[in-house]
Amino acid sequence: MPRSRKSPILATRRTVLKSVAAGAGLAAMPGFVRYAQAQSSAPIKIGFQVHRTGIGAAYGRWYDRTTTAAVKLINDAGGINGRPVEIIAEDDGTDPKRGAEVVEKFASQHNCDVGYGTLFSHVVMGSAPRAGEIKLPYFVVSEGHHVASGALNRYTLQPGITDVKSQVKSMAPFVMGNLGKKVTMIFPDYAFGHDHRDFFSAAVEANGGQVIEKIAIPPTETSFTKYFPKIPRETEVIYHVMVGPAVLTFVKEMGEFYGPNKPQIFGFIDSLEAVDLNSPGLEFLDGTYFWEGMPRYTQADQNDYDKHYRAAVGVDDNGASVSDPKDVSTFAHMFGCWETLYVIKAGMEAAGYQGPQDRAKLIEAIEAMTDMPHSNEHPQGAKKFNGRTHQVFGPQYISKVEGGKLVVQHTTAIEDGFYPDETDYTTQSF
Amino acid sequence: MSETAKSLAFHGAVVALLVALHFALPAYHHGNLARIMVLAVYAMGFNVLFGYSGLLSLGHAMFFAAGMYGLGLPMQHLGLAAAPALLCGVLAALALGAAVGFLALRTTGVAFMIVTLMFSQAVFLTILYFGEYTRGDEGFVIAQASRAIAGVDLSDSANRYFAALAIFAVGLAVTLRLIHTPFGRVLIAIRENEERTRMLGYDVFAHKLGAVVASAALSGLSGAAYALLFGYAGATFASVQYSIFPLLWVLLGGAGTIIGPFIGTVFMFYLIDISSGLTSAYMLIAGAVLVALTLFARQGLVGELRRRVMPWLP
Amino acid sequence: MDFGPYLFLASLEGAVTAAVLALTAVGLSLVFGVMRVVNVAHGEFFMLGAVVAWWVASYAGGHPAIGFALALLIAPIVTGAVAAVADFLVLKRLDYDPERTIVATIGLLYIIQQTVLMTYGPEARPVEAPFNVRIYFPWFGYSTYKFFVIGAAVAILLGVWLLMTRTRFGLVMRATQLDRETALAFAIPVDRVYALVFGLGAALAALAAVLIVPIQQAHYLMGGDPLLLSFIVVIIGGLGSLAGTIVAAVLVGMSDGIISVFFSPTLAKIIATLLVALVLVFRPQGLFGKRAL
Repeated sequence: MPRSRKSPILATRRTVLKSVAAGAGLAAMPGFVRYAQAQSSAPIKIGFQVHRTGIGAAYGRWYDRTTTAAVKLINDAGGINGRPVEIIAEDDGTDPKRGAEVVEKFASQHNCDVGYGTLFSHVVMGSAPRAGEIKLPYFVVSEGHHVASGALNRYTLQPGITDVKSQVKSMAPFVMGNLGKKVTMIFPDYAFGHDHRDFFSAAVEANGGQVIEKIAIPPTETSFTKYFPKIPRETEVIYHVMVGPAVLTFVKEMGEFYGPNKPQIFGFIDSLEAVDLNSPGLEFLDGTYFWEGMPRYTQADQNDYDKHYRAAVGVDDNGASVSDPKDVSTFAHMFGCWETLYVIKAGMEAAGYQGPQDRAKLIEAIEAMTDMPHSNEHPQGAKKFNGRTHQVFGPQYISKVEGGKLVVQHTTAIEDGFYPDETDYTTQSF
Repeated sequence: MSETAKSLAFHGAVVALLVALHFALPAYHHGNLARIMVLAVYAMGFNVLFGYSGLLSLGHAMFFAAGMYGLGLPMQHLGLAAAPALLCGVLAALALGAAVGFLALRTTGVAFMIVTLMFSQAVFLTILYFGEYTRGDEGFVIAQASRAIAGVDLSDSANRYFAALAIFAVGLAVTLRLIHTPFGRVLIAIRENEERTRMLGYDVFAHKLGAVVASAALSGLSGAAYALLFGYAGATFASVQYSIFPLLWVLLGGAGTIIGPFIGTVFMFYLIDISSGLTSAYMLIAGAVLVALTLFARQGLVGELRRRVMPWLP
Repeated sequence: MDFGPYLFLASLEGAVTAAVLALTAVGLSLVFGVMRVVNVAHGEFFMLGAVVAWWVASYAGGHPAIGFALALLIAPIVTGAVAAVADFLVLKRLDYDPERTIVATIGLLYIIQQTVLMTYGPEARPVEAPFNVRIYFPWFGYSTYKFFVIGAAVAILLGVWLLMTRTRFGLVMRATQLDRETALAFAIPVDRVYALVFGLGAALAALAAVLIVPIQQAHYLMGGDPLLLSFIVVIIGGLGSLAGTIVAAVLVGMSDGIISVFFSPTLAKIIATLLVALVLVFRPQGLFGKRAL
């Protein structure tokens, strides 16, 4: 860490010492002794809801690695408010029922200060009501529009990753302007896919284009060729976003189907997250475009933040593990864990967070946040946080496959992803 | 004491113990037990069909989901209050049970397993297909403010616990009463020997249909209560996995026992919960325990108890 | 795309599905028919075959065809051995009691899944096809490897048929299936026959997986679908009828492909699922079964 970082931490340590001294006065009174001691040096416990098993396991593994790396750095730099951070990880099996149970376990069994880290949106939806009821600040890293839509509650926030609505909205002008106006969408018949369908269709029309066919693939499907004939011949751009273990089959079969005479193809990298771009059968992707949450391959103009982040997590220039080049990361999503942890840290420091009694103060401190500069803490790019909707906004990357690598063509501005607020959580009571 | 009195005393004591546990348990286990009691009603519903009538369904998640969405959708889209929505959930499961039962009961044995599995899969896909209203796999949150019956806030942990206990007690009472009615006795006779029962002049089809409907209604009650008490409805609960769970719970606890489904649910929950605290390979432990149980406790936990210690257990 | 070529493509896809499904289902049908148990872990044996194929192919090196050929040999043997051991250690001790076998095989399913997750990991990994030539019809391109899958499945099924009808082992199996007690009385070592049948069933599932893994990827959760589908196929075909199983696999695979031409994808799945249920409702003994189950 650069030296300049040290002073605020020392300052916070001093404030902590002060409050500890104040606590010592209280501690003289009966009944407060154990409390004051517990607060001074006990670790801050962050409950980490991780998809270790089930359909989200490939993502979970990298969320885990990113979390471990960020927490190590935070602790090496003095922790939060002078206290070390401890991660309590619990597997949710990528299941909404178990997810809710895990949230309860964090709050009442492990005495965690906050819960954090969920990716799959059905687990978020299943868990968030419980987090709200037991008043556990719950930080999700999910990309879903659920937080900003107002469906959740004051205790649920998404400060480390942008939501699908803003991603899609900021992407549409590029697709319309550079690839074509007549779009066929292929997406999973999931709420996640429907969000893409609805938000992208709206954005396409706003930009003078037209979605001529929408193909929703049932989630249990393992082969896709039979659906490709549904793509109309006049299609100029295919927009695809798939998730789950069958994604590689999907992309490969699309290549087999079209051969060299393909329309323009624009995909969400979700269709190939954790998959090696040089897998056999993917050659046809050369020249197609992808949305990336964060560029998987090191770009020519790499900045220091990206370098710092890759080194800490253990990811090489191709977005794979440094110890195994075949082990490709979920690079476009996992930065959200890193940034969320730094938001929690900043929030706790701003709130003077001491323990669970300060949870409301922590939420208020984060709601008060606005600008987050591009930095080691936010390596994906600068962000703007909307305290009313509990959702962060940031840049998006559009990359082209060139010679087996993804090369960034266009970076959207934060403002491109703005849309009118759909809720105001700050009006809810704690 | 007569066997009936013993059994009443025993199950009364179970309910009393659960009331007492409300005051004794730490918060985490208190919350778990509330959830387990709700899910145990699902297992009891399954047991009516499997344990007492000898019909193995692999599609019970559709009834659980019918209850869940029967309650959730009208609350979400029509602003229906919680109490009538709960009734609506049970009725939805009941109606689905009648329709599925009418068709599926033309088959028996393994074909019955497949037919119920297929119907359940169709229900699951239908939930996804109408994603506009159901939000598909992601599901939807049932607003905290609407989760109250007669002014009692069901999102409060104590209220939730007693609501779960009340539903559990209903499930217990219904199944206990059922097996002592002539209807229930005919079901057991069908389980033991269908042909003989038919020859004695009983309408086997009507009785089996009644069992499917009762089983579906209990499962639906559980699904509706789960959505109401925990504030979420999602398609995951209609997936195959959630059809397998009650089978596991019932077989572990003891098929054809009244308290077995509850014991099985408790056992499975804590098996996963405790072993996941010890190792990330908890599925391995869960798998090994399942295998061991089939090897050493052939009739499930309560079944073994009945065989060895308490032969009067119903 | 015009209707004709579309239907042609959908039929091709249906045929590939049917070929792999027939292999997997015949494995389940054997176990079901001879041993009268529902093996819930059958899909996991399928998955195990795919994972072993990946291991073999990634260690073999050289031309992809070498690894693939080795996998075709090794994956079924390894998987079959695992299954035979499971039969010996667990199922035999349960006396093949139907209900307890279901729970025990669910336990097996958990054990196999978790072991694979810990050793192989959560990723979906591809195995390279032994050859990778695309042919171009006027309307679309298609992988020739998929034709190979159909051919190979037919050849293997012929082999199974010969095994059942022309060998002593086949005779012993059929005898055990018809009447276990009498077979025992005629000094047939039923225990060993059961272990072999269980292993053979798993090996067939593994073979199907090796064939499919260059098209789909090896993943630790891939066993769910094949289990459900082959289960369905076995029942629709009629319990204990291998020929019925194969006809049912073709019907289910083809209808899955062809129904998708006429409806939106999810609706097509719903319709295909309900069709299966209704076939059984109105013909509970299956299409080719002689008696009620």
